Amino acid sequence: MATDTQLDLWEVFIQPKSGNRYAHAGSIHASDKKMAIQNARDIYTRRGEGTSIWVVPSNCIIASDPNDEDMLFEPSNDKVYRHPTFYEMPEGAKNI
Amino acid sequence: MEEHDNKFQSRIDAGEFVEPKDSMPDAYRNHLIRQMSQHAHSEVIGMQPEGNWISRAPSLRAKQILLAKIQDEGGHGLYLYSAAETLGISRSEMIDQLQKGKAKYSNIFNYPALTWADIGAIGWLVDGAAIVNQISLQRTSYGPYSRAMLRICKEESFHQRQGYEIMAKMMKGTKEQQEMAQDAMNRWWWPALMMFGPHDSDSPHSSDAFRWKIKREGNDELRQKFIDKTVQQSEVIGLTIPDKELKWNEQKNIYDHGEINWDEFNQVIRGNGPCNKQRMEHHIKYHEEGAWVREAAEAFKNKKAKKENLINA
Ligand SMILES: [Fe+2]
Ligand SMILES: [Fe+2]
Repeated sequence: MATDTQLDLWEVFIQPKSGNRYAHAGSIHASDKKMAIQNARDIYTRRGEGTSIWVVPSNCIIASDPNDEDMLFEPSNDKVYRHPTFYEMPEGAKNI
Repeated sequence: MEEHDNKFQSRIDAGEFVEPKDSMPDAYRNHLIRQMSQHAHSEVIGMQPEGNWISRAPSLRAKQILLAKIQDEGGHGLYLYSAAETLGISRSEMIDQLQKGKAKYSNIFNYPALTWADIGAIGWLVDGAAIVNQISLQRTSYGPYSRAMLRICKEESFHQRQGYEIMAKMMKGTKEQQEMAQDAMNRWWWPALMMFGPHDSDSPHSSDAFRWKIKREGNDELRQKFIDKTVQQSEVIGLTIPDKELKWNEQKNIYDHGEINWDEFNQVIRGNGPCNKQRMEHHIKYHEEGAWVREAAEAFKNKKAKKENLINA
């Protein structure tokens, strides 16, 4: 029974409406691209949840290491000048 | 090790969600694997009692609804298996544990669906009880589990409503239909209450589950919620709840109810329920009969990969 696998793992991303960004919905098992799209359709869009699907082999996704969270995301905290509220606008200026 | 656990606990206490790559205590991981795989197995095994009625549904409408409902349950099983896989166990391993009796599934599916009214009772009471539990699990601390619960809860409300509609229709029908509905109610009520598990005071894994916020509400609390909302629904359609001790408690603002037969619960868990053997034999039979499909899909993939390599070479 060595060949009896549960097939490869794929991640499913769904665009809920035209123009929206794709969001991760979950994963599925499939042996190839075509089956991956079909299974994603059957499993994640039975109620009009989407207009379009991406499937990606799970082993192609590179994720950041949670231990690097501080190193990766901390530096942005001291750069308040990246936010529009940082700036002082002259009294009376409109539409800015 | 202890420092690591303290750090983890303070994340949980701060209300953070845990994601697959985060470090977590082994006991937390194992608790989730056990709970989530059991949940997934329940969705899948739960397709059997209802599947038994697809070919005998009383109308085309009823048949379409039942098919859609069962398909949802299969989907729920798949969401949950893949959420559990993020913890490092494979779906093959989980299925293997189920088939070898090392993993459990909800006791409720070891009862038979004898008449069409049972399909009503299952949707209304069994899915109804599952919903109460699953709504609570939407806030569970493990991210993938919580997200699967959100999706599942959205789908479940149709399940409960279609069941209640069946019961309501039968209660408006002939005397025989009314009796059939009441009989299904009598058989499913107590097993539905048992779905919430033993009293919290007798529940073996619950203190860890609370500390880690895997579980947010106790078994008895959830069971009470289910009873309180179901009594009114059964009154509206004229069904009697088979519990002579059931009565409204003015002071506590809840329904008091009779004691659950825990001997029966334990008997069914130990494998002596009416359908335990049948459920497992069915699962193994169709899993094995489907093996050639998985093998063919793999063979096709490998053949295509070889061809592409030749072209690219
Ligand atoms: Fe379900
Ligand atoms: Fe359901």
